[in-house]
Amino acid sequence: MKVLVCMSYIPDTTTKIRFREDNTQLDDTTIQWVINPWDELALTRAVELKEDAGTPVDEVEIVMVGGVRCEPILRKGLAIGADKATRIDVEPLDAFQTATQLAAYLQGKDCGFIVCGIESGDYNEAAVGGMLAELLDYASVSSVSSVQFDGVTPIYQRDVANGKEQVKVDGPAVLIVQKGFARVPKIPNMRGIMTARSKPLDVIPAIEVDPLVEFVMYTAPPSKGGVKMLNTPEELVRSLSDEAKLI
Amino acid sequence: MSILVYIRNVGGQLKKQSLELTAYAKAMADTLNLEVTGLVIGTIADDELKKLGNYGMSRLLKADDEKYNQRVNRVYTRIVEQAVNEVDAKYILFPDNAQGKAIAPRLSVRLKAGFIPQVLDLPSSYEPFTVKKRAFTGKAIATVTAHTERVILTPMLNSFGLRENARDLEIQSFEPHIEEPNSRLELVGKQLSEEGLQLADADIVVSGGRGMRSSENFALLEELAATLGAATACSRPVADDGWRPADEHVGQTGKIIAPNIYFAIGISGAIQHVAGVSGAKCIVGINSDPEAPIFEVADYGMVGDAFQIIPELNALFKKHIHENK
Repeated sequence: MKVLVCMSYIPDTTTKIRFREDNTQLDDTTIQWVINPWDELALTRAVELKEDAGTPVDEVEIVMVGGVRCEPILRKGLAIGADKATRIDVEPLDAFQTATQLAAYLQGKDCGFIVCGIESGDYNEAAVGGMLAELLDYASVSSVSSVQFDGVTPIYQRDVANGKEQVKVDGPAVLIVQKGFARVPKIPNMRGIMTARSKPLDVIPAIEVDPLVEFVMYTAPPSKGGVKMLNTPEELVRSLSDEAKLI
Repeated sequence: MSILVYIRNVGGQLKKQSLELTAYAKAMADTLNLEVTGLVIGTIADDELKKLGNYGMSRLLKADDEKYNQRVNRVYTRIVEQAVNEVDAKYILFPDNAQGKAIAPRLSVRLKAGFIPQVLDLPSSYEPFTVKKRAFTGKAIATVTAHTERVILTPMLNSFGLRENARDLEIQSFEPHIEEPNSRLELVGKQLSEEGLQLADADIVVSGGRGMRSSENFALLEELAATLGAATACSRPVADDGWRPADEHVGQTGKIIAPNIYFAIGISGAIQHVAGVSGAKCIVGINSDPEAPIFEVADYGMVGDAFQIIPELNALFKKHIHENK
């Protein structure tokens, strides 16, 4: 069974975010790009499933929409343990354009399931997975925290408002996964890094599609008023009740 | 034409966020001279739903056939789509949480409607539709426009607040036409959580970091959380070391939440952690290190030993809540 992992790349989580051209563009000159952390967890679990002889998963492919600068990110994904990487050669503009590119490539691909991290650390929309499922007309299972197998049938566990549910899906599904799917990302070892160099990294052309929304400007979030330091628990309770009126 | 609000049905109960979402829709509706219509799916009593009228909703479609009690994203998307057509909705609002985001992106594809999540404020313009949203996990605010005929929004909790605006609410049965409602997704097991309060829904969150020193010491935070009706959370190292479950991890790579009060106890306040709570109305930092970065983002801070402060706080809150009942 093949598992497809959709990945995106984001500025390293410690990077300072700056803008240029009258605050209309992200200033990417000093940015260190990393695998979106939720996608990294998704890939980690997919590779674990492949390495576990007790599951039917035997192949992991990663797919990414992006320009040439994201190739080191894909190589890292291969070093973590994916067998193959595919880059769709266009810069992502919005979730719809990204999902449409992914769907064009993934349509009809033989796979057990497709995994997307719950959101990306740049635009935080949590949209691509759901859009992809609708474009493919697949079931989407969101807030997925684990996958088990009943023979060759995957059983997905998802968080719901009042607990957890296990569901199975007839046909391929798009899983939208959160932390817990894997706990910590897998760090590539030396052997993984060496073999990653010879694994296939395909580049395919993008299709024509327009975004649905446009990012026109960026501003810094309003700065906080500054902390009010308190000396006793009594003062804290009073501040929260009388001043902030929150309790 | 109208504004459609997706009302989340949590086991027959409304959540406060649905009231807030209704108030947000009403503010848009007043500007545009439109009515606010709601849609709720699954079994829920009219008495509960009537609360929505207090916040400005005038009409509610109720798709309450039992067969819809099990959420299937693909099916729910089609039910909302039919409601959109029924009331000719130009703007469709979902809560900015897991359920809203499980359905809204699918609907966006079906309607070819611009999807704008993490919305921070009312739209600044309707021609073209322009609104501010959170980006880069709270490190920036983006101004976004959509030129599509319809627009789907998920306003963030606490972005607007509750504003009462009483209306007579008309509740109507709604029967969508869904072929094979549950054909693809089958429920094989379910466990109800004991706490019953999900982190994402909590108004108050009590969160602990490495400074709590051990898994056992989190009992102190659980007691405080029980007093306040709060959910518990933790920082990344605490979840990674297995002191707390992974789904309690708040931060850039865990859950992103926006409660009214966030108690960060024994949490240094690394940028990745703060990114998960920057939407909180009020952050309280309690740390033994006066230089801890949490105090740069906190609204209230206390330097001291959490093991002394927390039991005292718990007793004081108990007293305060008892006296203000």
